[in-house]
Amino acid sequence: MNGRTDWTAHAVLALGALLFALPVWLAFAGSTQDSAAIARGDLSLLPNLANLGAYPRALIQGVMGTRPVWHMLLVSLGMAATIAVGKIAISILSAYAVVFFRFPFRRTAFWIIFVTLMLPVEVRIIPTYAVMSDLGLINSFTGLTMPLIASATATLLFRQIFLAVPDELVEAARMDGAGPLRFLRDVLIPVSAANIAALFVILFVYGWNQYLWPLLVATDPRLDTIVIGIVRMIGVESQTDWSAVMATAMLALLPPVAVVVLMQRWFVAGLAEGEK
Amino acid sequence: MATLRLSGVRKSFGPTQVLQPIDLSLEDGELLVIVGASGCGKSTLLRMVAGLERPSAGRILLDGTDITDRDPAARDIAMVFQNYALYPHMSVFDNMAYGLRIRGLSRTEIARRVDETAGLLGLQALLQRKPRQLSGGQRQRVAMGRAIVREPKLFLFDEPLSNLDAALRVQMRGEIKRLQRRLGVTSLYVTHDQTEAMTLGDRLLVLHEGRMAQLDAPMTVFAEPADTYVARFIGAPAMNLLPAVLAGGAARTQAGPVLALDGAAAGLPEGAKLLIGVRPEHFAPAPNGFAGTVELVERLGSESVAHLRLADGTPLAVRLAGAAEMPETLTVAPMPGHLHVFDAETGKRAAASRRAAPAALPLEATGTGV
Repeated sequence: MNGRTDWTAHAVLALGALLFALPVWLAFAGSTQDSAAIARGDLSLLPNLANLGAYPRALIQGVMGTRPVWHMLLVSLGMAATIAVGKIAISILSAYAVVFFRFPFRRTAFWIIFVTLMLPVEVRIIPTYAVMSDLGLINSFTGLTMPLIASATATLLFRQIFLAVPDELVEAARMDGAGPLRFLRDVLIPVSAANIAALFVILFVYGWNQYLWPLLVATDPRLDTIVIGIVRMIGVESQTDWSAVMATAMLALLPPVAVVVLMQRWFVAGLAEGEK
Repeated sequence: MATLRLSGVRKSFGPTQVLQPIDLSLEDGELLVIVGASGCGKSTLLRMVAGLERPSAGRILLDGTDITDRDPAARDIAMVFQNYALYPHMSVFDNMAYGLRIRGLSRTEIARRVDETAGLLGLQALLQRKPRQLSGGQRQRVAMGRAIVREPKLFLFDEPLSNLDAALRVQMRGEIKRLQRRLGVTSLYVTHDQTEAMTLGDRLLVLHEGRMAQLDAPMTVFAEPADTYVARFIGAPAMNLLPAVLAGGAARTQAGPVLALDGAAAGLPEGAKLLIGVRPEHFAPAPNGFAGTVELVERLGSESVAHLRLADGTPLAVRLAGAAEMPETLTVAPMPGHLHVFDAETGKRAAASRRAAPAALPLEATGTGV
């Protein structure tokens, strides 16, 4: 903090940025080149901007017999958005109950939610599959999203956010005559809007990146997410249409990036407001 | 427009008794100030009237109607909070209108009331602002506006000025007083600031450790404090309390001088331990009386406060006019008619010690040997 440019810090930052950006750049460069050349190992670092044909090809026709990429993007988008919205809705309600209401076994309820934090999707995946199978939800959109919606992390975060809401604000609303649902809708949610936006970003990306669960529960190609789709495209190595795969990878990046960029503006503005 | 009556209202949290039974009644339009140190239970009392806390026993009656078990919203009471508790995401207009909307008032009625209140408080130009764009004083006004616009039967103020700077506090104090007069709404006002307590209230309730120490007009509380706690709590610098023994109708102070009591201690047995209270402004330099070393002088311009230590170790604060240089030792005597006699055992004011025992000159000044 002495006003001079700190070259070491900049160098480290630049190196870090490069390290993260390189694979993305490589995928982009690869998407513009000939698949056979990539398979041979002749991947040029310079993109051939004249050859963007892999994009429409993947987007509209699909690669190696998969569904078209636009369809898989749509499935992923639907899944990620449903998971994010669903998680937020459930977490807000359960955190609201745990923080603002006194009822028997309140602590127990909280601890039960808390304990599920220690059981990630992978650990409970077989029993979850059994439950979904019994409910006849295999190969359905509900089956794809519902088990991922139950979330202790978000509940915990909202609990902390709600605990930070000043008691006086709650009491002022009570004096104004706001009932529990009104208070939630008119005061608590608007006041936590910035946090909700931040959480939406995190949860959307979480949902977008799901791999194991969609692989298991949705064997129907119509329910292939983009992540599953990419894996399907890489069949037998020699036949892989590498440029289309890389184009798909680039396309798969766009929605989460868009969400981050759009929401970031919003939640940074929200956080800068300060003063709850 | 309403009367408020509390009968036997008590509060305990588990085994700890926070508030002893309180009996209180407010006339229509009266402003009662509840004052006390932090932890005396004054906020608890206010919150029970608001309905935010349930009394452990007792009834609360507003205009003769029992509201003890009613929801806060159904009590027709508005409250101004210490931190204002404005809704941060709502404009000033919405902050004031929110309660009215919930009550289902028509748009035009809401607009009329908010405009009227905003006019009263000088907030017209700020109606579209968010709370974060307002200064502390403006937020305070909005908080008041939110209470006024409801046109409630009763106002509750929970230390509304304690987050303002000194100059603004004085200004808002005057404003609250004027508004309360003008609107004529019965009000309870909680504060720990004795200046607010003295200047605002029609009556003053001093709470001490959950007990009603005194309930009187501010000037009566000042002139005739009911016990040593009230005596020291109201008035700054605090009243001096001189340990003494009752001897032949006069008080033989531990520091030496004997003070005539003129029957102020009637009813107390000979030899009873007393505390003689004298306010700092009721001392004047005298040839004989209490002599002490000057330990500290606080010059305030128009007056000076000298902190003396008497030979027996008793501290003594004396308020003198002007900013005169102080000698190293000073001898002062209490002015006639300004002695307060307290029973040292109970701390209570001696029953006979009513205003102004006429002649309270030191009878004799036994050497204190400074």
